[in-house]
Amino acid sequence: MTRVDEIGIGGLGASRRRVEDARFIRGCGNYTDDIKLPGMLHMEVLRSPVAHARIKSIDTSAAWAIPGVRLVLTGEMAAQRNLAWMPTLSYDTQAVLATDKVRFQGQEVACVVADDPYTAKDGCEAIVVEYEQLPAIVNPTQALAPDAPLIRDDKEGQTDNVCYRWEVGDKAGTDRAFARADKVTRLKLHYPRSHPSPIECCGSIANYDPATGKLTVYMTSQAPHIIRAAVALVAELPEHLIRIVSPDIGGGFGNKVPVYPGYVCSILCSILLGKPVKWTEDKSGNLISTGFARDMYFDGELALREDGRILALRFHADTDQGAFFSDAQPSKFKIGLVHSAFACYDIPVGHITARGAYTNKAPGGVAYRCSFRVTEAMFFQERIIAAAAADLGMDPAEFRRVNLVRDDQFPYRTPFGFLTDSGQYRRCLDLGLDAIGYEDFLKDKEEARLRGRRLGIGISTMTEPLGAGNSREYDILGIKMFDSAELRVHPTGKAILRTGAKSQGQGHETTWAQIVSHELGIPAADVVVEEGDTDTAPFGMGTYASRSTPVAGAAVSMVSRKIRAKARKLAAHLLEVSEEDVEWELGRFFVRSAPNRGVTIQECAMAAYGNMPDGLEPGLENNAYYDPPNLTWPFACYLVIVEVDPETGVWDVLRVVAVDDCGVRINPMIVEGQITGGLTEAYAMSNMQFMTFDAEGNCVGSNYLDYLLPTAWETPGFELHEVVTPCPHHPIGAKGVGECAAVGGPAAFVNAVLDALSDTGVRNIDMPLLPDRVWEAITTGRDVSGAPPVKT
Amino acid sequence: MFKRQVTITVNGEARAVELEPRVLLAHLLREGLGLTGTHIGCDTTSCGACTVLVDGSAVKSCTMLAVQADGHEVRTVEGLTRASELHPVQEGFQEEHGLQCGFCTPGMMMSALALLERNPEPTEEEVRWALSGNLCRCTGYQNIVKAVLWAAAKLRPAGTGGVR
Amino acid sequence: MYPARFRYEAPRSLDEALALLAEHGDEAKVLAGGQSLIPMVKLRFASPELLVDINNVPGLGYHREAASGVLEIGALCRHVDLEFSDVLGDLRPTMAAAAPLIADPIVRNRGTLVGSLCHADPQGDWASVMLALDGEVVAVSAAGRRVIPVTEFVTGPFQNALRPGELAVEARVPVPRGVPLGRYLKLERRVGDFATVGVAVAVETSDGTVTRAGIALTGVGANNIKAVDAERVLVGSTLDRATIAESARLAAEAAKPRTDHRGSEAYKRHVVRTFVERALHPRPAVAA
Repeated sequence: MTRVDEIGIGGLGASRRRVEDARFIRGCGNYTDDIKLPGMLHMEVLRSPVAHARIKSIDTSAAWAIPGVRLVLTGEMAAQRNLAWMPTLSYDTQAVLATDKVRFQGQEVACVVADDPYTAKDGCEAIVVEYEQLPAIVNPTQALAPDAPLIRDDKEGQTDNVCYRWEVGDKAGTDRAFARADKVTRLKLHYPRSHPSPIECCGSIANYDPATGKLTVYMTSQAPHIIRAAVALVAELPEHLIRIVSPDIGGGFGNKVPVYPGYVCSILCSILLGKPVKWTEDKSGNLISTGFARDMYFDGELALREDGRILALRFHADTDQGAFFSDAQPSKFKIGLVHSAFACYDIPVGHITARGAYTNKAPGGVAYRCSFRVTEAMFFQERIIAAAAADLGMDPAEFRRVNLVRDDQFPYRTPFGFLTDSGQYRRCLDLGLDAIGYEDFLKDKEEARLRGRRLGIGISTMTEPLGAGNSREYDILGIKMFDSAELRVHPTGKAILRTGAKSQGQGHETTWAQIVSHELGIPAADVVVEEGDTDTAPFGMGTYASRSTPVAGAAVSMVSRKIRAKARKLAAHLLEVSEEDVEWELGRFFVRSAPNRGVTIQECAMAAYGNMPDGLEPGLENNAYYDPPNLTWPFACYLVIVEVDPETGVWDVLRVVAVDDCGVRINPMIVEGQITGGLTEAYAMSNMQFMTFDAEGNCVGSNYLDYLLPTAWETPGFELHEVVTPCPHHPIGAKGVGECAAVGGPAAFVNAVLDALSDTGVRNIDMPLLPDRVWEAITTGRDVSGAPPVKT
Repeated sequence: MFKRQVTITVNGEARAVELEPRVLLAHLLREGLGLTGTHIGCDTTSCGACTVLVDGSAVKSCTMLAVQADGHEVRTVEGLTRASELHPVQEGFQEEHGLQCGFCTPGMMMSALALLERNPEPTEEEVRWALSGNLCRCTGYQNIVKAVLWAAAKLRPAGTGGVR
Repeated sequence: MYPARFRYEAPRSLDEALALLAEHGDEAKVLAGGQSLIPMVKLRFASPELLVDINNVPGLGYHREAASGVLEIGALCRHVDLEFSDVLGDLRPTMAAAAPLIADPIVRNRGTLVGSLCHADPQGDWASVMLALDGEVVAVSAAGRRVIPVTEFVTGPFQNALRPGELAVEARVPVPRGVPLGRYLKLERRVGDFATVGVAVAVETSDGTVTRAGIALTGVGANNIKAVDAERVLVGSTLDRATIAESARLAAEAAKPRTDHRGSEAYKRHVVRTFVERALHPRPAVAA
C-alpha cells in the first residue's frame, strides 16, 4: 500500500512554488488600477497645501468649465448627502472632504471627475481655495500645552487636544517593587512617524448601477468585509447590495486596512453620476494622507536587582494621532496591544499609562507590519533592556538569559494579563549567539577598537501577540475578530477554497491549499483559492496584524476537518463497514481490520455526488468560522553587527542573523521570504525611513526623494535560522510570521550602533540613525532626539 | 489640435496611436495599449515599477513621453514570454521566490533582463547594483538577487555551468 | 503624475532645433534626457508652453577626446555612456568616480551630463565635477556660438547663463597636464538619494608637486561651490598632511550649508572637511 507523501503533494512543510506567481511574472496580475470598466470616468483629489487653516471659500467654476470635466465635488455637496464626515474604525469621525477647516497637509478638499485622469487633474488645478492659516501643531508636547489651539473644534465637548487616555497594570504594586530596586534604568525615546508605503498606492473603482441599486467597488483593501460593513453604515446603503472586491494588491503592510476619503468620494461620485468612477491615488497623496504608523514617545523605567533580575516595569507613552483618531485596531484597546511589551521576560509586575494627542498631521495609526502598536512596544522593550544591561555592567545576552521566561513556565501569565503559551526562548537566543559567533566577536570588537574602528553588536529578543483575536476581547466596531473558510470539494476530488482573509503578497493561494492538502491528502495543485470578493467569500476580518495563518489558516484546517468527517461517512458506506471501523491516513480511509481495503478522498468526493448513503445530504462542502482561543506567540532573536565610521557617522551592516520560532512552518520558502522582507523594513526604519514635519506642519517625506526606502544595494544580506515550537492551540501548530522581523528587528540595529558607541556615554539616538545624528552623538557624547519639527 | 500620431513597436508589433504629447509612456502602455503589466508606483522617478526597455535599454516609462517613443522599440513584461514559454528571468523569479505582492516584479525583471543582456555573468554585487533603481517593499531583495543569478545560470550556454 | 498641456516639437536637425528656440524664446524648454524635467512637469512644478525634444537631433550623443586632448561631451551623451566609458580611463578619475553615483542605474540610461548642468540643481553632482575640472559649456544659437566656463554657466539655483534661443550642445573638459588624482565622494543614504554632501576633487601633479587643483562641493549651498581657497593652497605643495588639512579646512569654510532633514549645518561642513581629506589622502575607508 503506497502512502500519500505529504511533501510530494505540496502539503505541510513543502516549499511549494507559488501559484500566484504564474500571473505576476507574466505581467498578468489584476491590480485595482488595471481594471477598466465600460464608460468609466476618472477622479482626482485636490488636497490641502497647508496643515491647519480655516477654509474661507472654494471656487470651482473654472474647473466646471473645462471640457471633459463631469463633476466637481466639494465638502458642501457631500454634506448634503450626510457624507462630509465619516466614522473611523476607532469610534472617532474623520472628514471626507473638508468643510470647515483643514487639519493636516494633504487633507482632501475637493475632487474632480472627468473623462480621463489628465483632465481631472486639470480640473483640480483650476479650483481656487482661500485659506486662513492657523498655527500648526506637529507633536504631542505642542498639542498638550495649555494654550494650544484646539484642532478638533468640530467635536462637541472637546476642549483640548487629548484624543484618549489609557492605563493598565498594577500601579501600587509597581511602585512598591521600584522602592526596593537596587537600580533603576530609565530611557526616553521617540519611535518616529513612518508610513507603510506599499509600492502600489490606494485606489478604487466604484460602480453604482442605478437600475439595480447595486454598488460594486473594486478597491485596494486588506479587509473587504469590514469595508462592506463600513460602507453600509457610512453611505446608508443596504449591505446586500454592496459588493466589495479586492483584486490583487500591490503590498499592504497595514496601509490598506482603513476606509479613506478617496474611496468614499469615488462611491459618492459614482452614485451621483450613475457611472463607474476610478480613483488612483498618486504617491504623494498616499504618503501624506493615508494611514501613517508609529509616532510614539516613550518614557519608562525598569526596576533591577543587583543579580540582574527585573523586578518591575513602568512606562508612559504619548502618541501623536494626527488630526483624526482612525487607528485600525481592536476597539477596546486605544493603543493597540502596547501592553504586550516585555511579555517574553519574567517580570512580576508593571504599570503602563498612555495618552493620544490630536495634531495637525495625517491620521492613521495603522498596524504597519505589526500587531497593533506592538512594534513600538517591542522596540522600547529591547532598547531599555539593552540600557539596563549596560547600567548593571552585565553582558546583554546574559541579562536576557536571566530574565527570559523559561520553557517550564508556560503557560505564562504576563503582568498585563496576556497568556503566552509556548516557546524555547533561551534556545533561540543561544542558537543566534552561536550562529553569529558572539564570544569571538566580542574579542574582535576590542581589537578593532584599539585600531580606531568602531564595531558593535545588537541583540533583540521578543515575543509578540499575533492573530487577533478571541471574541471575548477583540472586535472592531462591534464585529468580533474571527475569520472564516469555505471549502467545496468537487466530484472528481478537486476543490475550491475561499477565506475571509486577503493576501497582499503573503501567498495565500499557495499556502491555504497546502493546509487543505495536509488535512485531506488532496494535492495542493488540485485546490484553487479565492479571496477578496464579498459576494463569494465568507465573512472575515481580513489580513493584517499577522492574523491570516493564526485565524483564517486555522479556519482552513477546521473546514477541511469538517469535510473529512463527512467523507468518513461516505467511506464507511463505500467500504460497507461502520464508521467506527474506518481509519484515516493522509488521503485515504481504510478498514481498521483490513488496511488494504480502502478508499481515497477522491473516491469519497465522487460518492458525495453519486453514491451517498440513505439519509446523508449530497455534496461535499462546508464552512468554518474560527474564533481563536488565544493569541499566538512567536518568538524571535535578531542579532546585528555594524561598523560605525566615527568621522561621518555612517554605519554599515556587516552581519544580520535571525532566529525565528513561528511554530510549524506551512511553506518554509514563503516563511523565509516574509522574514527577509521584515528584516529589510527593520533595517530601513533604523537607518533612513521616516516621515517628519517642519514647524508649519509641512510633511517632509511626501515623496520617494525624501521618504527613503532602501534599494538592493544598501540592503544587507540575512542569515536565517529556525526553532519550531508548535502552537498548542492552533490546529496545525502555526503561529504566524509576517511581522516578527519588522517588529523585533529595528532594536537589533539600533542596539548595535549604540554598542559601537558604548564608550561615549550615549544612551539613545532616535531612529532613524542618520549619519548626522550618529556623528552628533559621538562628538557631543549626548543623546540625540528626533522629535519634530525638523529645523529648516 | 493637441493630438499627434505616433507609431511605436511594442513587443515586436507596430502600434499606431494618436495621443496628446503630455501623455507619459507608462500611461500609453497601460491605458492606450492595455498592457497593464507595467505598473506605476511613484511620481518622482524613484521606484522603477514602470521600467521597460526602449531600444534595449531600461527606462522608467513614467519619465518618458509617449511621443518620444515614436519610431522606437519598446519591450514590456508582456513581451518576455515567447510562444507561451517563460523567459529564464521569469522562471528565476518563481523558482527563487523573488516576488511577493508582484507589483515591483515586472520592472524588476526588465531591469534584470537589461543587465543580463549586457553582462551575462554578473556577480551578486553587480546584480544588486543593477537593480538599485527598482524598489521592492516585500522581499528584502535577497531572493530577487538569487532569481537573477538563477536566470543568468540558465541563460549560459550548455556546458558553461548549469543552474547552481 | 499628469502633466499640464504643452506643445511638443522634435526637430530632426540642429538648425531646426535652433530655429524653434529662436522663434519661441522663453516659452520653449529643451528636453534632452528628461530625467529632471519630466518629473517636474509631471508634478506640475514646471509648465512649459513648448517642449523642444532634441533626442532626434543627430550627432549629439558623443563623448570623445579631441585631438587637443580636450574631452568633449555631446548634449545627448547619457550618464551611462560615461559610467562604462573607455575614454575617461585613468586620465579623468573624478568623472569616472562620479558617473556611477548619478541618480540610479535606470535614470543614468537616459539622463545627460549637459542636461544636468543646464538644470543647475544645487544638489546635482556633475556641476561640482565640472567646476573642479574647470569645464566649459558650448552654447549655440541661430546667432552663433560661445563657450561659457562652468563657473559662469550656473548662475543660481535652477538657473543657467543660456540666453533665449541658445542650446547647450556640448560640455568640455580641459586636458590634464600632469598626473591626475581625482575622486568624487558623495554621502547619500541610498542609491538615488540627493547628496547630503558631495565633494569633487581633481588634482594634477608633476614630480609629486601639485600643478593644478580643483575642489568643488555639492549640496552645501544655493549652488555647487568651487572652493577656490582650498584649491589654491594645494598648488605647489606635495600633498603633505598639513596642506591637505588646511585645504580641507578652507573647503569646509567655503561651504554654506543649511540645516535640514539630511543633516545639520555643522555636520555638513564637517563632512566636507572629512571628504576633502579622504579624497586627497586616500586610505582604506573605515566603514566600507
